[in-house]
Amino acid sequence: MTLHVDTASRLPIYQQLVLQIREGIARGDLQPEERLASVRQLSSELTVNPNTVARAYTELEREGLLVSRPGLGIFVAQPRGELTKTARDRRLIELLDRCLTEAVHLGYSADEVIRAVTQRAGQFQWKSDGRK
Amino acid sequence: MADAIVTERLTKSYSGRRVVDNLSLRVPQGTVYGLLGRNGAGKSTLLKMLVGMVHPDYGRWTLLGEDGGALSPQTRGRIAYLAEGHPLYSWMTIGQAVAFTHAFYPAADRTLVEKILDHFGLARSAKISRLSKGMRAQVSLALALAPDPELLILDDPTLGLDTNTRRDFVESMIHVIQRRGRTILFSSHVLGDVERVADRIGILVDGVLRVDCPTEHFKGAVRKVVVEFGRQPPEFAGCAGLLGQWQQGNRRELVIVSYGPEQRAAIEAQSPRRIDVIELNLEDAFIAYTRGPQRPLPFPVGEPTDDTGASAQGAA
Repeated sequence: MTLHVDTASRLPIYQQLVLQIREGIARGDLQPEERLASVRQLSSELTVNPNTVARAYTELEREGLLVSRPGLGIFVAQPRGELTKTARDRRLIELLDRCLTEAVHLGYSADEVIRAVTQRAGQFQWKSDGRK
Repeated sequence: MADAIVTERLTKSYSGRRVVDNLSLRVPQGTVYGLLGRNGAGKSTLLKMLVGMVHPDYGRWTLLGEDGGALSPQTRGRIAYLAEGHPLYSWMTIGQAVAFTHAFYPAADRTLVEKILDHFGLARSAKISRLSKGMRAQVSLALALAPDPELLILDDPTLGLDTNTRRDFVESMIHVIQRRGRTILFSSHVLGDVERVADRIGILVDGVLRVDCPTEHFKGAVRKVVVEFGRQPPEFAGCAGLLGQWQQGNRRELVIVSYGPEQRAAIEAQSPRRIDVIELNLEDAFIAYTRGPQRPLPFPVGEPTDDTGASAQGAA
């Protein structure tokens, strides 16, 4: 997976990296246990301050998406289901409501939105049976 | 962590004008600090004072823990300064410039400068007067990095370089940063570069250090708020963090640092018809911060944009 940095963006560089990696994991471009470039490598590759890369990695580690193994490197974490079913349901509903609100204001019908969601969902990697 | 640079109320005036005004700054060791400001804001004067090329009227400073006004040669040997425009003795060859600079850094390891020159493909026998601007910049950088300095002070190092040479330069800065504990203070006008390399930024406005914070804080903190009234906007007493405000017809534009509920409440109290909060990228935020009200250039409407107007004038 190739990361990139856009200094004309309104997002700070570390947040750009966080978003790209998060999306890479969600789409399956980055697989569990896959090793990421070291802070030093990525800093040279992207020509950004190593502290910025480290900050992005730290944030993703805090979210549980990456794990660092001292001496070995930084890896994509195994998906963990530490949130309860209710908590996850609540998060999902919140997110959906935000999207749907925008869609209403943009003037779409419910059918159009459902079609678009189905189509986009094909681009992501899903758990086959859902988490119990 | 110890501070690589500390200044206390540094002040310098030229013909009665305060070019650097009561400037207190701390740059912790290991930090890359980007100094921003418009031309004439006092950046070069500040950097020159730090390295002892300009004497302050007032104030104190330390570099690597030592009194800046009385640096020992040993401490000087741990600091490199790159002056604006990469001045070099043009009658020297690159090899002579290396030998000349080495005399000031007797403890330096000569192999490093050789490696850097090779990296840039610079021949020792080349005359400095024959070098392009980009090559001169590379030579200055090689000379500055030669002693593997703990503290690098760079005055607008990428000024006038083409995109590729500039990127090379920024990459070299990243290499330096990757060596732990190295501190860089640099001034620049290229905000994209600053964002790539700087941990913290400072913004000088008329000699005063107005902003001093982590780079992403500044980017995240400055907002342009457009308030639409549908009538003549009422007087606005202001709110905390207000940098500037100006009016255009029925709307008022505000530039606010750390925009939050308090600011929003102050604006809503005037019952406007609509409030738009616009996030800015680093460049927009910098311009909003340092320029204030936007004024169009005073070009007459309908002026020809090609050179026909000029040639017609020339013919007349």
